[in-house]
Amino acid sequence: MPDDSYLTVTGLSRHFDISEPWLARLVSGRGGRLLTAVDDVSFSIAKGRTYALVGESGSGKSTIARMIVGLERPDSGTIRIDGQTAFDPVSGPTQDSSLRQKLQMVFQSPYSSLNPRWRVGDILMEPIRAFGLISEETAQQRRVQELLDQVGLSAPDADRFPHEFSGGQRQRISIARALASNPHFIVCDEPTSALDVSVQAQVLNLLKQLQRDLQLTYLFISHDMAVVRVMAHRIGVLKDGRLVEENEPGALIESPREPYTRMLMDSTPRFAGGMAG
Amino acid sequence: MTHSPHTAPPTRLQRVLASDFVFDFTRAPLAILAAAVVAFLFLVAILAPAVAPTNPFDPASLNLMNGFTPPMTDNMFTGERFVMGTDDQGRDLLSAIIYGLRVSLFVGVMSVLLAMGIGVSLGLVAGYVGGWLDNLIMRIADIQLTFPSILIAMLIFGVLRGIIPPDLRDEMAIFVLIAAIGLSEWVPFARTVRATTLVEKEKEYVQAARLIGLRRGQIMWRHILPNVIGPVLVIATITLALAIIAEATLSFLGVGAPPTEPSLGTLIRIGQDYLFSGEWWILTFPAVTLLALALSVNLLGDWLKDTLNPRLR
Amino acid sequence: MTTPLLHVDGLSVEFPQRRQRLQALDGISFTLEAGEVLGFVGESGAGKSLTGAAIMGLLEPPGRITAGSITLEGRRIDGNAAGVRGREIGMIFQDPLTSLNPLRTVGDQLVETIQLHLNLPAEAAGARAAQLLEEVGIDPARRGAFPHEFSGGMRQRIVIALALAPEPKLIIADEPTTALDVSIQAQVLALLRRLCKERGAAVILITHDMGVIAETTDRVAVLYAGRLVEDGLTAAVIAAPRHPYTRGLMASTPNLDAVSVDTVLPQIPGSMPGLSALPDGCRFHPRCDVALPDCSRVAPVFAHGVACHKFAAEQKGEAADAG
Ligand SMILES: Nc1ncnc2c1ncn2[C@@H]1O[C@H](COP(=O)(O)OP(=O)(O)OP(=O)(O)O)[C@@H](O)[C@H]1O
Ligand SMILES: Nc1ncnc2c1ncn2[C@@H]1O[C@H](COP(=O)(O)OP(=O)(O)OP(=O)(O)O)[C@@H](O)[C@H]1O
Ligand SMILES: [Mg+2]
Ligand SMILES: [Mg+2]
Repeated sequence: MPDDSYLTVTGLSRHFDISEPWLARLVSGRGGRLLTAVDDVSFSIAKGRTYALVGESGSGKSTIARMIVGLERPDSGTIRIDGQTAFDPVSGPTQDSSLRQKLQMVFQSPYSSLNPRWRVGDILMEPIRAFGLISEETAQQRRVQELLDQVGLSAPDADRFPHEFSGGQRQRISIARALASNPHFIVCDEPTSALDVSVQAQVLNLLKQLQRDLQLTYLFISHDMAVVRVMAHRIGVLKDGRLVEENEPGALIESPREPYTRMLMDSTPRFAGGMAG
Repeated sequence: MTHSPHTAPPTRLQRVLASDFVFDFTRAPLAILAAAVVAFLFLVAILAPAVAPTNPFDPASLNLMNGFTPPMTDNMFTGERFVMGTDDQGRDLLSAIIYGLRVSLFVGVMSVLLAMGIGVSLGLVAGYVGGWLDNLIMRIADIQLTFPSILIAMLIFGVLRGIIPPDLRDEMAIFVLIAAIGLSEWVPFARTVRATTLVEKEKEYVQAARLIGLRRGQIMWRHILPNVIGPVLVIATITLALAIIAEATLSFLGVGAPPTEPSLGTLIRIGQDYLFSGEWWILTFPAVTLLALALSVNLLGDWLKDTLNPRLR
Repeated sequence: MTTPLLHVDGLSVEFPQRRQRLQALDGISFTLEAGEVLGFVGESGAGKSLTGAAIMGLLEPPGRITAGSITLEGRRIDGNAAGVRGREIGMIFQDPLTSLNPLRTVGDQLVETIQLHLNLPAEAAGARAAQLLEEVGIDPARRGAFPHEFSGGMRQRIVIALALAPEPKLIIADEPTTALDVSIQAQVLALLRRLCKERGAAVILITHDMGVIAETTDRVAVLYAGRLVEDGLTAAVIAAPRHPYTRGLMASTPNLDAVSVDTVLPQIPGSMPGLSALPDGCRFHPRCDVALPDCSRVAPVFAHGVACHKFAAEQKGEAADAG
């Protein structure tokens, strides 16, 4: 592993119990069933870089993301973030709030990732208060304005409710919320798959610009090879919970080793008129 | 919805006035009527000492000679007139109804608040925490639902009365009544809140709150509660009608409000004795008041339900 | 001149609301020939599904057609689409489960549809059902299975079989592959295209993915905020988009072969306006980087396959130069 790695996961696995209820099991005589959602996955992400996970639906992308940020408990494996152990099988997940503050997540759905009853200002204020980052009221307000500005929204937007915004604008609010705790690392779980392409381009560009400005490290999840190519410095291909191939984007896309990777690429729709920009 | 980014956001009042809710309301004559009746009755009840012609509980104001005066007629002996007549003790019926309304509404509102408090808390916990706690709470709810709630209320009423020392019974009677009705009506709150919570807790904004390190209680209270409150208000309104009727029923059966603080139900019970001896007003006026109140509250609840429903998502 | 299979002329759809009437479609016109695959593309809320629903006669009340006509082989079908729905026009939705009955076997559902529309005896209908399943690549031996026993891609193929069963003249497919993985998406689209070509059935394919348009359709219609902004042969539109919106849409679609991590994607600023706040003139003008003064005042007329003042001005300029 290179020394500049910000996040390292080793041997990460997670199973889900998908057995029927015990009574149904008793009647049908079938035993319990385990689904291996993530199977012995290891990778590391260099500081300030974007690592992308691609794979089809159900390949375990979100489960990995959720384990890394601590929303899901791994069955085995270790997660190290910024030199600290975030999870190991013996001591379990860390309770260190300074570590948690460094990790944030941007979710897929622009509709359910913001509490509809909260004003945007309160949504952005919550992490600031929860982590006790700024204690003074006016400084908190200033920080909210700054966050809105960073994602291309304006100050009066703080008083509005999420439903008053379009999908792309909401995703900006989500990004602003993730930025509120001054994170070093953001997991983006399909942040644009619910958006239109024109708006997707806005959000992708914003994420890239923030990465440059704030030296952020990203784990970027998508099932769209073309989007991944725009974002990633390194790509991991997941199939049925296993990391089947990992490489630099250029090498991976020009000469994939795995037939599965090639298949993913061949089925990505393309059109000759597309511009590189 | 789109908006130009630089216009100032509307104030809260403007927002409320411009809402579809207010718009719908101004176009629903029945709802306006019901709301007006409810508001009027609440106002009268709250201002009872100021608006009632006499204080029906003040023995000094009673004159037995006034007994059984029909409405709007001069009493044979004293020459006094009463808008709604008097009862056997010569008590002004209008004043008795106003004070009775006060008791009925107090019991109704307090028991709904109790039922709401219990139901919403249990529903939130059952839905959010899940597991055996959920099972326990919901099984109790299921069992309670198999009995008519008036039966449950009577049972709780009996048990609570048994616990309270006899010398406190009359003093505590109102609160026992509130507890009995409140405990018999929490289930619909809990079920609805649990169902909504199950949906809400899977939403990504809850995950985002977990990422910030909020504790369960904070998430339930600050994030989920505001999102379940809409249907809760609808149920509260409908339950208020039920609670008022439950109180009247219990009082009518003689197990509710004490004779020292008669509610509408108590008045109806008393009036019943005189219905067939020609003193119809003693029963009719309290009964009509109760009917108007329960019907209006119910209409309002139904309207709320229909109006809010399509937007509950 | 022969009558086209489908002719939609000046179609407008409105949703009367509490305070205002939302005009969701405004003067949509296009024609479709037998065997042609026409793609509808545009941002979410542009009116793609609504156009499909209007043709099928499936507008949700209070939505209604306020102007225009829809003719199928010369017959007006707006107003009474019930007669053609399912029989002459088939529909495929995004979620295959909405079109399948979870409680009945796929074989039964196919046979029932065939009998209902084609008047075949049970035996012939059964044979036909088996053949259809075969054609969409599902083992006819599995006709006794229930929808939930199939994967998402297989279900969508069953839905295609179901839509094809009555031998419709037109199939409207509303984002048929959005819920599927890319690998399966390619198969399903290729299958839909091949089967329709074989039968001479026309297809309206609704999507928001320019890549899908490029790979599957013969012609493309671009919708923006309820109006048709561009219409033409897919190859021509992709080679030389004329409307700035089409250009923006194409440019912002990342192309696997042409992008890298250093790419800054061209983006269209802002977002599509909601129906309650539609701008005057050309509805795209607030986001347009080549807008002329006229664009904010006058709605452009649809001519030469595009509704754009800028394009019209350039055309005029060229004509003047040539003349
Ligand atoms: N809480 C859970 N209980 C049971 N199974 C689960 C649970 N969460 C995920 N799974 C299963 O684990 C597998 C991986 O799911 P995951 O959500 O990580 O996939 P994904 O790659 O993110 O897919 P998508 O592209 O559809 O989001 C799936 O088969 C899923 O059904
Ligand atoms: N029942 C309805 N009531 C009011 N407005 C509606 C209704 N159905 C659709 N609309 C509006 O009509 C417009 C067009 O909707 P339509 O569903 O056709 O969009 P679309 O192009 O299919 O978008 P998507 O890509 O999201 O499916 C939208 O602005 C939508 O809000
Ligand atoms: Mg996922
Ligand atoms: Mg649609």
